Amino acid sequence: MGTKTFTTIDGNEAVAYTAYRLNEVIAIYPITPSSNMGEWCDQWTSEGKRNIWGTIPSVTEMQSEGGAAGAVHGSVQAGALTNTFTASQGLLLKIPNMFKIAGELTPTVFHISARTIATHALSIFGDHSDVMAARSTGFAMLSSGSVQEAMDFALIAQASTLKSRVPFLHFFEGFRISHEVSKIELISEDQMREVIDDRLVEEHRLRAMTPDRPVLRGSSQNPDVFFQARETVNKHYQECPDITQRVMDRFAEVTGRSYKLFEYEGAPDAERVLVIMGSGGETALETVDFLTNQGEKVGVLKVRLYRPFDIKRFIEALPATTKSIAVLDRTKEPGAGGEPLYLDCVSALNEGLENGWGALKSMPKIVGGRYGLSSKEFTPAMVKAVFDNLAADKPKNHFTIGIEDDVTQTSLEYDPEFSTEGEDVIRAMFYGLGADGTVGANKNSIKIIGEGTDNYAQGYFVYDSKKSGSMTVSHLRFGPRPIRSIYLVSKANFVACHQPVFLERFDMIKNLVPGGTFLLNTPFGPDEVFAKLPRKTQEALIKKKAKFYIIDATKVARESGMGGRINTTMQACFFALAGILPKDKAIDAIKDSIRKTYGGKGEEIVNKNITAVDNALTNMFEVKVPDEPIGDVEMLPPVLPEAPEFVRNVLGKIVGAEGDSLPVSAFPNDGTFPIGTTQYEKRNLALEIPVWDENTCIQCLKCVVVCPHASIRAKVYDPKHLEGAPETFKSKDSRVPSFKGMKFTLQVAPEDCTGCYMCVDACPAKNKSEPKLRAINMEPQPPLRAQERENWKFFLSIPEMDRTKVNATRIREQQIMQPLFEFSGACPGCGETPYVKLMSQLFGDRAIIANATGCSSIYGGNLPTTPWAPNKDGRGPTWSNSLFEDNAEFGFGFRLAIDKQKEIAESLLEKLAPQVGDELVKSILEARQVTEEEINGQRERVAALKDKLKQLDSPEAKRLTGIADYLVKKSVWILGGDGWAYDIGYGGLDHVLASGKDVNVLVLDTEVYSNTGGQMSKATPRSAIAKFAAGGKPLSKKDLGMMAMTYSNVYVASVAMGAKDEQTLKAFVEAEAYPGPSIIIAYSHCIAHGINMSVGMRQHKIAVDSGQWLLYRFNPELVAQGKNPLQLDSPAPKIPVKEYLQSENRFRMLLKSKPEDAKKLFESAQEDVEERYKLYTYLAARAMNGEGKEQEKTESTAKTG
Amino acid sequence: MDLSTNYLGLKLRTPLVPSAGPLCEELDNIKKMEDAGASAVVLHSLFEEQLSLEAYELDRSLTQGTESFAEAQTYFPEMQSFRLGPEDYLEHISKAKESVGIPIIASLNGVSDGGWIDYSKKIQEAGADALELNIYYIPTDMEMTGEQVEDKYISILKAVKEVVNIPVAVKLSPFFSNIANMAGKLDRAGANALVLFNRFYQPEINLEELEVEHNVLLSTPQARRLPMRWIAILYGKVEADLAATSGIHTGKDALKMLMVGSKVTMLCSVLLKQGIDKMKEIETEIVEWLEEHEYESVEQLQGSLSQKKCPEPSAYERAQYMKILKTFHIA
Repeated sequence: MGTKTFTTIDGNEAVAYTAYRLNEVIAIYPITPSSNMGEWCDQWTSEGKRNIWGTIPSVTEMQSEGGAAGAVHGSVQAGALTNTFTASQGLLLKIPNMFKIAGELTPTVFHISARTIATHALSIFGDHSDVMAARSTGFAMLSSGSVQEAMDFALIAQASTLKSRVPFLHFFEGFRISHEVSKIELISEDQMREVIDDRLVEEHRLRAMTPDRPVLRGSSQNPDVFFQARETVNKHYQECPDITQRVMDRFAEVTGRSYKLFEYEGAPDAERVLVIMGSGGETALETVDFLTNQGEKVGVLKVRLYRPFDIKRFIEALPATTKSIAVLDRTKEPGAGGEPLYLDCVSALNEGLENGWGALKSMPKIVGGRYGLSSKEFTPAMVKAVFDNLAADKPKNHFTIGIEDDVTQTSLEYDPEFSTEGEDVIRAMFYGLGADGTVGANKNSIKIIGEGTDNYAQGYFVYDSKKSGSMTVSHLRFGPRPIRSIYLVSKANFVACHQPVFLERFDMIKNLVPGGTFLLNTPFGPDEVFAKLPRKTQEALIKKKAKFYIIDATKVARESGMGGRINTTMQACFFALAGILPKDKAIDAIKDSIRKTYGGKGEEIVNKNITAVDNALTNMFEVKVPDEPIGDVEMLPPVLPEAPEFVRNVLGKIVGAEGDSLPVSAFPNDGTFPIGTTQYEKRNLALEIPVWDENTCIQCLKCVVVCPHASIRAKVYDPKHLEGAPETFKSKDSRVPSFKGMKFTLQVAPEDCTGCYMCVDACPAKNKSEPKLRAINMEPQPPLRAQERENWKFFLSIPEMDRTKVNATRIREQQIMQPLFEFSGACPGCGETPYVKLMSQLFGDRAIIANATGCSSIYGGNLPTTPWAPNKDGRGPTWSNSLFEDNAEFGFGFRLAIDKQKEIAESLLEKLAPQVGDELVKSILEARQVTEEEINGQRERVAALKDKLKQLDSPEAKRLTGIADYLVKKSVWILGGDGWAYDIGYGGLDHVLASGKDVNVLVLDTEVYSNTGGQMSKATPRSAIAKFAAGGKPLSKKDLGMMAMTYSNVYVASVAMGAKDEQTLKAFVEAEAYPGPSIIIAYSHCIAHGINMSVGMRQHKIAVDSGQWLLYRFNPELVAQGKNPLQLDSPAPKIPVKEYLQSENRFRMLLKSKPEDAKKLFESAQEDVEERYKLYTYLAARAMNGEGKEQEKTESTAKTG
Repeated sequence: MDLSTNYLGLKLRTPLVPSAGPLCEELDNIKKMEDAGASAVVLHSLFEEQLSLEAYELDRSLTQGTESFAEAQTYFPEMQSFRLGPEDYLEHISKAKESVGIPIIASLNGVSDGGWIDYSKKIQEAGADALELNIYYIPTDMEMTGEQVEDKYISILKAVKEVVNIPVAVKLSPFFSNIANMAGKLDRAGANALVLFNRFYQPEINLEELEVEHNVLLSTPQARRLPMRWIAILYGKVEADLAATSGIHTGKDALKMLMVGSKVTMLCSVLLKQGIDKMKEIETEIVEWLEEHEYESVEQLQGSLSQKKCPEPSAYERAQYMKILKTFHIA
């Protein structure tokens, strides 16, 4: 054993660190929470880091996890040391290959940041449901319970798979371990070499397929032999536990850290034992230590190697005194006799006792329970409740812990006040805003303390479900011993509120211990601040005799050149108050850390951060907490009081960060939720909101079309509706000729606007006397909030315009249509949501939406509230998300079902014609349903039909009543990002486009996997830096539109709203009207492009002006008119591509990191553009006959061609 | 014909030197300039402000939206370092030095005192033969006096001279109350040359968009008159070499500038408009004129029509204005 080296990293990096050094080929695909492992490996490859044998591993992103598994299978068969990372649905996609890999006894390790499998809902958080779904594959399953174990077991798994030839699935809980930052001991490369036996690597290579030693592997077998052949592997599984334990023992010799396959800890004479796997084992152990110190006879058995399940070792690990056992499973198998670990333990006890193994003399009581699904907290209080249950005469079996099940009464009660936290551990909580850098600063603090002192450190970070204005809560612990508390801090010595606005919404003092310290960022001074706090906060501070400090960090940060990033300022205050390090030493450490962290970004950035630190301490003040509360500030309700009951009582609790308190009965049993609920969650994110200057406005509605959050809207209405308008409500005569005599109003939803500025940037009208002002201008929100809240309410009360009177192909008219997608949690300035909103305005009242997993499914469907909304008639988009990979097929299924029900309805209608009336039947069956007017007419006819059916008493009439609405056109929309359309879902998308069915596909093309943090897709353009393309993407973007056009019967459009909004509008209208498959590929600027999001629409224009993005529409219906179906809507490129590339950080980064590569790739990008434009120009210029064939070249066509 | 001249202590083959401009950003162009007869090249300016802005912009882009959402805690790979300092510029100097045999004069526009000093040192280390300080400052603060503005120039020059030993030229604007006095101050502060004049880009109005625009307006031959007058006046009164820039588009333009006393004549707009090879034509024109007029060398005519040596010194002073008007009147 050499010198110990400590580092402070998260679980993902810890695993990647080991896996990268032990492999030669790594196949990856992004999926939360495992993506970071692949990202690290890709980055290390681009930096030229080598593995322990001196080669730079080849890291390749595939089109799906299924693809990655296939590549791994091929690579291990061909003799390379190969691994992959994944989680959840990704693991499910790998399962077919896993059976093969295991069946062929091929060594590999799959590292899994275990995550919930989507059922009634998707969840990105951690439990064992994914790995349990893979337990029959034949992979060995090794479970890590801490960041240290995650690093260590990555090595143990690798050494064990090489020896046993059983492939390993190494798993650790997503987020709780994958994202926990912890101080751990690093494994050196020398130590790795000591644990890995190179002879086994050679043996692996010798088994490889090679034409130099040809074999056949992967045959097809029949009933006569398959069974016997399948049993040949048994020996390897029998030996695998011994091998793994030997590797663990060798690992202990090399590193000093000792592990057992089944590790019992606690009282040697324990009567009650808890069996558990994963990070819960650490919490259980902390509780067991606490309880045994109080004389309780309890213990915990941690399961490390779950498959192959070593029955003998399991039973031998149990104390002879064991009377009762609780087995905890972090998964749910509805309908099973018990969860898998429980069933394994029951069967193991039976078999073990039968064989006389271990010290137990008789069968103990054994019960099983579920805990921690989707990262539900698992605390010492819950562990104690499980032990308490075991002490009962008849312990509850099949219980749940951590929730209140008031429906089937499975839950155990627990005392949330029970705590085992050590007195010598400093616990701190920080409430920050996503954009303020709080989490980054806290990660930095952990590093400073973890690596600069003897203290152990732990950090875990909780985010909310919104991408804009999200709250982050950092949970930090520092102490002299390794920290086993793998659960959130609930008894903090230090609480900091980095954003004063959160004080009104969340009770953060509830977690402060008596006598603890509260630090608040506030614009108020020490003499006035207390009265500005909500009374609840004041009372808590008084009761807890808290020490209270304030700083105007926003001002300090601004004056230090940090803008809104208050992170380093607050960090300096924390160190000054927490007393973990002497103040001067702490400040020096922060500055050193700043130099390390920001050094690569230039001296300027370092200096401004250092200035922020220096300015922090002189601006922090202690506030004397008075004896009595002052003033009358109250906490704000989480949702509007007028919200429906379900929104108030259920969704409101989630909004108020109290979702954990909701019982089972609060929820629907099939994942169905009401729509239109974001309107009740007033988030008041905008510091400034747009204010309308009605005299400058030209009523073009460009502001409305670009608004990502539907919070600036227009209405045209009869002047009589102005009666009773608030005094400050503005209106103007409509400028649209067909709306002559009507009034026009542009209104902002002040509490829903995110203040992104895109509307102002889109406004083309300038004040003639002062052109810096436009027809809308940003002004501070707080003074306008009350007034505009009233105006917004009045605006909503004005009736919507009759949709049949609106010209849906002109932005200035179409944009008065009501959006049925509003106030989403997308990023401020999002480039996707304007398209989604446009679709909802045009077709929302008849739309059924299949949404691929990704940004759009998160801002569209993440609890608590949804932006999809109904209109006044109760009609609106109905929305669902199936998976990432199957979205086209999912939407296609919608079409099939709708068409079938329409067909049945038509057939019934024909049968009932004599009773209903031939004329009505004929008019319904022959109705054209393309325009709003036509669809409205059909709705009226179907309403008349239903009236008539009411009078009929026949089974057919009843059946038709139930499905008559299908006689009105339904619009099927298949939404998703480029990761879905270009990569993982492409096969399905291609098939659906080829089906000829009437579906509309909207590809929100951000050119990266945005939702998982910007990984490269096949839509990523050449030379862009993205995750998994840290060296810049060397290849050009796939031309999805061109591929779709080859079918000739698919409507295809490529649009960029910020370049030509009316072309976008036309494309949407044409695509929906087209009676076959349609696909719209929409350029969507994104935070992952490294642009200023408030002017994101400008990027559309530069992209089109440079030819990087083409605008076109390919409408097969034009063929019948003898026209070329392809209409190129882009002019010839006006500016060099370089100008576009240099305007976005994703390309500029390459210039600043690898200028030579950038130069070459930029040149290639220019060639791409020129070639592509030439090709499209040629295709668009071809003269076509009425059958869509190119005409013989005449003199004139030859010229244009 | 002996076209040689001495500038900044460098013996140059001819007085034709491309001035700081976008053409010098490409190494190939510098080679072409040498081939076309340039006797030295002034590189485009290293702008400290631009470097700062780039660093800020990169930092903003990399931190935007990070640590806000569980699934996407960052949006870019965690790259360790970027070339955000003057690395590219310094490398350009080194490469230029390796590629051509003519002297390379670097150009610097700093913002902070630290920036001027630090970058000057690095430019010297990178192998530049001389340094041109591209100091410009548009004072808009009504409280700032002319003296304060002038002191700023002097203090920058002194600070740079303290840390480098390569020759230092100062490129000046014409907007001083008394240019002669300012030139004298710079001369005394150690300037090895004065480059007259820096031509600021003046803003333009876009009538349709109601916007103020900044578009590059290339120099015209008319622009030559202003530096020509001041070089004529300063010739012989300062020790520093005088370099002429602005509006030199032909051989005759260059000859005139040499006659009033400039050591070198700098070319930019003409090369942008007519190509680098235009330099050959200009040189030929100079040689032909000199031969036709039986001059033996450029040195012979340098300063011959300066205020000090010309037949009518007052022509460079204010009275001339009256005379022009008179002439105009009579005509």
